[in-house]
Amino acid sequence: MWIAIAVAALGCYALKLAGLSLPARVLHDPRVERIADFIPVALLAALVAVQVWSSGSSLTLDARTAGLGYAVVALLLRAPFLVVVIGAAVVAAVVRLV
Amino acid sequence: MAAEPLPAAERSGIIRDGIAVGIATGTYGISFGAVAVTAGLSVLQACTLSLLVFTGASQFALVGVVAAGGAPLSGALTAILLGTRNTLYGLRMAPLLGWSGLRRAGAAHLLIDESTAMSVNRGSQPAARLGFLTTGVAVFVLWNAATLAGALAGTALGDPRTYGLDAAVGAAFLALLWPRLSQRRNQVVAVLAAAVALGLVPITAAGVPVLAAGGVAVLAGVLMRPAVRR
Repeated sequence: MWIAIAVAALGCYALKLAGLSLPARVLHDPRVERIADFIPVALLAALVAVQVWSSGSSLTLDARTAGLGYAVVALLLRAPFLVVVIGAAVVAAVVRLV
Repeated sequence: MAAEPLPAAERSGIIRDGIAVGIATGTYGISFGAVAVTAGLSVLQACTLSLLVFTGASQFALVGVVAAGGAPLSGALTAILLGTRNTLYGLRMAPLLGWSGLRRAGAAHLLIDESTAMSVNRGSQPAARLGFLTTGVAVFVLWNAATLAGALAGTALGDPRTYGLDAAVGAAFLALLWPRLSQRRNQVVAVLAAAVALGLVPITAAGVPVLAAGGVAVLAGVLMRPAVRR
């Protein structure tokens, strides 16, 4: 775990420093720009899916789906981050109780 | 971009904005701390991540992969991939800040979504620098304090499933993704990436599905035609 933390820290810092140090023309290729745009979208979407619908190596449908449903509604209503996250936890916990 | 000193009113306005953003992101920090210990990290590990990695989405990604049973190193890789966004911020900020050497090395650590957003539209170099520094430092201090508080609270709670904390992780990722979903092409990429990741869950080691979804981003970037033709 500590190794992973060190790798993430070094990698993320190197990316930040590279941004401040590289010449700006790197961005001029529209494909590079699009890929850079898409990477956070793809990774975050995959993280949502894996986090909510998998346990180990199997696909599952459980109380977490209800939590995610709440999160969608809360985000549509422009609720603040903490309300979205804590509310989703509460909804999942309540569904598990029933 | 003259290097004249800023008027006092503009100065205090920029500082106030920076602190306000810091307080707002502090609330993310509480969730991060709680989610990190829920995923099995120690309080010290959670705090080290906030101190040294210091870019929220990447930190959430690392603990998210670990929480799903993935190897810590594939979590670190996912975190680094998400960190590429900061490189783009840096490319935009470098000419505005105009720093080099040690100052640039120090500024790089504070280069995140918030500090970029709060300085990229300022009219002058002193204003851009002040916006960047006040926001960066305010977020850094409050993010780390909040991580510690959240991690301690998460430890006190015990089994995460009782409180639905495992569901909170997915909600946190969705909240981070949400502002980007206003564009149609991003919606397409998001759905494809989620489908690819889920499809790989039964047949690959944990952590691989999320990394593979990064491949969807690359493919889409190469294949998709520009959304707007000028």
